Amino acid sequence: MQKLGMGQAVNQALKEEMQRDPNVFIAGEGVGVSIHVNPMFPTHGLLEEFGPGRVKDTPVSEAAIAGLAVGAAEAGLKPVVEIMFNPFFTLASDMIVNHAAKLRYLSGGKSSFPLVVRIKSGAGFGAGCQHSHNLEAWTAHCPGLKVVMPATAADAKGLLKSAIRDDNPVIFIEHMGLYFAPMPVPEQEYLTPLGQADIKRQGRDLTVVTWSGMLGVAMGAAEKLSQEGIEMEIVDLRTLTPLDRETILTSVEKTGRLIVLHEATRTGGFGGEIAAVVMEEGFRYLKAPLRRVTGPDIPVPASPPLEKFYIPDQNDLIKAAREIM
Amino acid sequence: MNIPRKKQQEMLWTMILSRKFSDSLVELCRIEGKIPGMMILSTGQEAVGSGVCAALKQDDVIITNHRSHHHLLAKGADPKGLMAEIFCKKTGCNKGKSGTLHLTVPEVNAPCTTTVVGATLPIAVGRAFAQQYTQEQAVTVCFFGDGAADEGSFHEALNLAALWQLPVIFVCENNLYAGAQRYEEHTRVKDMAERARAYDMPGIIVDGNDAPAVYQAALEARQRALDGQGPTLMECKTYRCRGHGEQDPQHYQPRDEIRAWQEKCPIPRLSNMLIASGIINSAELQEMESMAESIVQEAVRFAEESPYPEPREALEDVYV
Ligand SMILES: Cc1ncc(C[n+]2csc(CCOP(=O)(O)OP(=O)(O)O)c2C)c(N)n1
Repeated sequence: MQKLGMGQAVNQALKEEMQRDPNVFIAGEGVGVSIHVNPMFPTHGLLEEFGPGRVKDTPVSEAAIAGLAVGAAEAGLKPVVEIMFNPFFTLASDMIVNHAAKLRYLSGGKSSFPLVVRIKSGAGFGAGCQHSHNLEAWTAHCPGLKVVMPATAADAKGLLKSAIRDDNPVIFIEHMGLYFAPMPVPEQEYLTPLGQADIKRQGRDLTVVTWSGMLGVAMGAAEKLSQEGIEMEIVDLRTLTPLDRETILTSVEKTGRLIVLHEATRTGGFGGEIAAVVMEEGFRYLKAPLRRVTGPDIPVPASPPLEKFYIPDQNDLIKAAREIM
Repeated sequence: MNIPRKKQQEMLWTMILSRKFSDSLVELCRIEGKIPGMMILSTGQEAVGSGVCAALKQDDVIITNHRSHHHLLAKGADPKGLMAEIFCKKTGCNKGKSGTLHLTVPEVNAPCTTTVVGATLPIAVGRAFAQQYTQEQAVTVCFFGDGAADEGSFHEALNLAALWQLPVIFVCENNLYAGAQRYEEHTRVKDMAERARAYDMPGIIVDGNDAPAVYQAALEARQRALDGQGPTLMECKTYRCRGHGEQDPQHYQPRDEIRAWQEKCPIPRLSNMLIASGIINSAELQEMESMAESIVQEAVRFAEESPYPEPREALEDVYV
């Protein structure tokens, strides 16, 4: 099997979908000519292959980029636009939150907006809080949007292809920490359905629900706890909305314990939503109080020891697991 | 132009200091593990920071962006505090919370630095509004790149500042590139200053590599602002001699274009002029250079020897 970083997997998905469907185009800041000359980046080489008609470098204008997607999608094109870093989502948010998410509803189901907004995210590169801010809970709070956050290269590829073919607006959030570590990706064409979580590790004692960059932390911690005889089951959510309640609840029924792990800050984070679902629908399965392991309620600091303090790690997860075992 | 000798020397000095500061970072950021994050330098653009800030008084405010070293040094920020912050150390001007991208120095009235492109403009409007509201005899300078003028915030801010005749100087540092895009690839407007007309404010084009010209234009804009005649858009035409950041290979910047602009470097341009007119002699120039060198070396030593913040300090400073 080929081994790709997540950026390369995204690149393959874009390439395949652009080859398949002439209505797919990409737009954003530096998606064609970039300050990075690096094959690990998601849009590398696409300008050369598809030309400037379908690979549109835009000015620094996030509102216009998102609006471009909304308008073009209504006309039947399949825009895949990029927001360079998650915090700049705020500049695009009117078009996404008030328009991509709502215009179909406002039309009484008559108009549709088959667009994808790819957002690069994640802490861990020392750039500080105006580049690193995990805002997935904001987007998940908007009915009308689907929110996808892959944790592996293979999932990224299959999910992005599904997102592009989906007739709804999809927010596709890529953790940049995953761009550079090669992971296995199937060679043949495949689609990974939206709205389905994936159990990345089976276990009987404790369910960890996580997504995106935190999957690696969960898998590492699971290895360690396994040596002590504690078997964690790791549920990789993959899609925040629509939420795969069934996979979560089935797992919690099996293990009786739940930890939600995410890199985003705690208060108002999507972990709270998962906790609420389990309390409402799976309370009777729980043998212990559930736990959230998350970033603390602070902006992401730049300095390495501070940023490390911010990002949840294996020790945080292991500590929480021991508390409820 | 009748610029006081002391002002001319001051501009030369802050440009030399700023260049030495950048040059040291070119080396340092290439050493593995030394400086976290990105490294965005203002090499070649020093005349904008130095010319504008020489026209300001201490009480005047600057709102700056990701490419801020030359603005802040010219406004009088302590090189040690900046360097330590760039190294993300506890002794940095922002205690390691910021790093290089949002260096904030309220001590010299640079209180809200932001790396969100275009965000300096509306903030500057608010800062200038406060000056008008309290009838303070001071202005706000807003620095931003040519790329930032494509954000909606640029247009909203200019319109409001003009409508309310706020004491703000919008300084567009047109370094011919926004990321990998050359100027004419991101707008059809030939001169950014032209956009001022849309909001009925003066739009001025200045040679951004000519510190005295920048100074003169800023001085006039400042006076207009203080006289209640509102904002000015000042486009300083200059050049980004290095990549967007230090990891950028500049594959899209023609080599001869870079060379041509290097020849127009604002520092020898001013120093030659000052020597020719007898305002300084070459010994004094050398002295300035070695003094700047030792200040920068001292700042680097300070930054290197300073400790990192303790992890739990991450929790501090979120709220007042
Ligand atoms: C809202 C927003 N979008 C994108 C970026 C990424 N970015 C950082 S600097 C930059 C280019 C800015 O160009 P310009 O305003 O001309 O300033 P320069 O870097 O040339 O000084 C971009 C796109 C950002 N920081 N903020």
